[in-house]
Amino acid sequence: MNTPMVKSEGVHKSFGSLQVLKGIDLEVLRGEVFCLVGPSGSGKSTFLRCINHLEKIDSGRLSVDGELVGYRQHGDKLYELKDRDAAKKRREIGMVFQRFNLFPHMTVMQNIIEAPIRVRGESAAVARVRAERLLERVGLADKANSYPRQLSGGQQQRVAIARALAMEPKLMLFDEPTSALDPELVGEVLDVMRQLAVDGMTMIVVTHEMGFAREVGDSLVFMDDGVVVEKGHPRDVLTNPQHERTKAFLSKVL
Amino acid sequence: MTDQGNPESIKAIPVRHPGRWIATFVIFVLVAMFINMALTNPNFEWGVIGEYLFNNKILEGVWATVWITIVAMLAGILLGVVLSVMRLSPNPLLSNVASGYIWFFRGTPVLVQLIFWFNLAVLVPHISIGIPFGPTFVSWDTNSVITPFVAALLGLGLNEAAYMAEISRAGIQSVDEGQVEASSALGMSRTQTMRRIVLPQAMRVIIPPTGNEVISMLKTTSLVSVVAMPELLYNTQQIYARTYQTIPLLIVASIWYLFLTSLLTIGQFYIERHYGKGSTNTQAPTFFQRLRRNVFRFHDVPPTPPSSTLLDANGGVR
Repeated sequence: MNTPMVKSEGVHKSFGSLQVLKGIDLEVLRGEVFCLVGPSGSGKSTFLRCINHLEKIDSGRLSVDGELVGYRQHGDKLYELKDRDAAKKRREIGMVFQRFNLFPHMTVMQNIIEAPIRVRGESAAVARVRAERLLERVGLADKANSYPRQLSGGQQQRVAIARALAMEPKLMLFDEPTSALDPELVGEVLDVMRQLAVDGMTMIVVTHEMGFAREVGDSLVFMDDGVVVEKGHPRDVLTNPQHERTKAFLSKVL
Repeated sequence: MTDQGNPESIKAIPVRHPGRWIATFVIFVLVAMFINMALTNPNFEWGVIGEYLFNNKILEGVWATVWITIVAMLAGILLGVVLSVMRLSPNPLLSNVASGYIWFFRGTPVLVQLIFWFNLAVLVPHISIGIPFGPTFVSWDTNSVITPFVAALLGLGLNEAAYMAEISRAGIQSVDEGQVEASSALGMSRTQTMRRIVLPQAMRVIIPPTGNEVISMLKTTSLVSVVAMPELLYNTQQIYARTYQTIPLLIVASIWYLFLTSLLTIGQFYIERHYGKGSTNTQAPTFFQRLRRNVFRFHDVPPTPPSSTLLDANGGVR
């Protein structure tokens, strides 16, 4: 079990003529909290979206849990995955978005049990029991019957985390989970993520919360302009950055 | 608003609106003149209207009108949603076929389409099922297949689908892209995402114009009188062709059309209320809730609600 959870080799991605990722090489180990930091437009969110195939990579190799993302290898030929097979792989990867993206026409409970019932074919009873346990875990046991718009941003994001966990993923992706929150609500979401890290979940977190990265992170990568500039243990990179670009960025955000 | 004690409410002289009073008076006089004319003008023949309002032939026509409206509208909605999904599909063939369909059926008058379908036998005398370019298994005479009802259904339904496709496309595109991403990230397929996540949210945008389409369809069915389909207007015409009581019989038909569209308006209100779930904190008050509140207000002037929450729960001030 020593293969990395995510392995990226020379991953490139362009939108039209705009090159967003210019050869990303990195490895995310099992059970580690992997923080991606960098200025906006550096490609960190795009890279995250490539991992669960919301974006297609143009070249390079990207694999999750030893299996290629979006392709199937047979001999030395690559075959594109059908939509259905790609969806099957996505269910094992949880994703939390900056703007929560809860389903507004469903209650909190319905938001959480929708995918387990429709995608994993669970019975409503089983899905409900797990949803209740998850809501308790994120401290929202009393909100099961509320609609998303009746909740604060922090509460919505905690529901979104519970919704992702309901699929029992082996990897969780966080795309700036606290950037759309009022400062006083950031803490409650980070607390939930901290607990998740303690429980041993493999997490890739795109964030501007350097305090969280330093305290909880096991590795940190600084990206700029589509390339990895610097990587290492968060404490080392944050306190003793080697590159000029990293120094300049950190002096502004710390 | 503070909850401590009962602060004294402000007593001030309200702003006067003389313009409103003048306008009210003018409209009142005009309405009185109209009612007087309607009651005293013998050409209205109110007796004849009363006599024919529940005439069997008229009731049969009402029933046929309702029936065509329902079937043509259902066909239009189903085909329209399919067309809109096709139009938004990444497959260029599907998307172009949908665009072509909409272009054609929106671009020609529905009356022309109705007459065209009714006369299909001139173009294609026989309709058959078989292998394309190969042998045929069954064959029918077109005139026996395209009855007035089928012609009406094809003409109205296929035309409606083109409009519904555009309405439904606007609805689908109004749903935030993040919803599709969140749904895909949970492993849901394209079809599941469309059915469970996107369409229910698109409904809020789709329903109001669809209500208009149903009401419009109810009245457009009067066009199918040209293909001798015995609906409300056709049956009405049959009667006055015999009795020469044109105006009273047209009023009979209008009363029925108005009655049916009023029913539809009420139905639309409740459906919109249902699909507004989760998008607003408060639901719009129903007709009866509004009536109760207005009567309550009338007795108890000025209304000073005890707290803002009660005001919201009643659908209150907006």
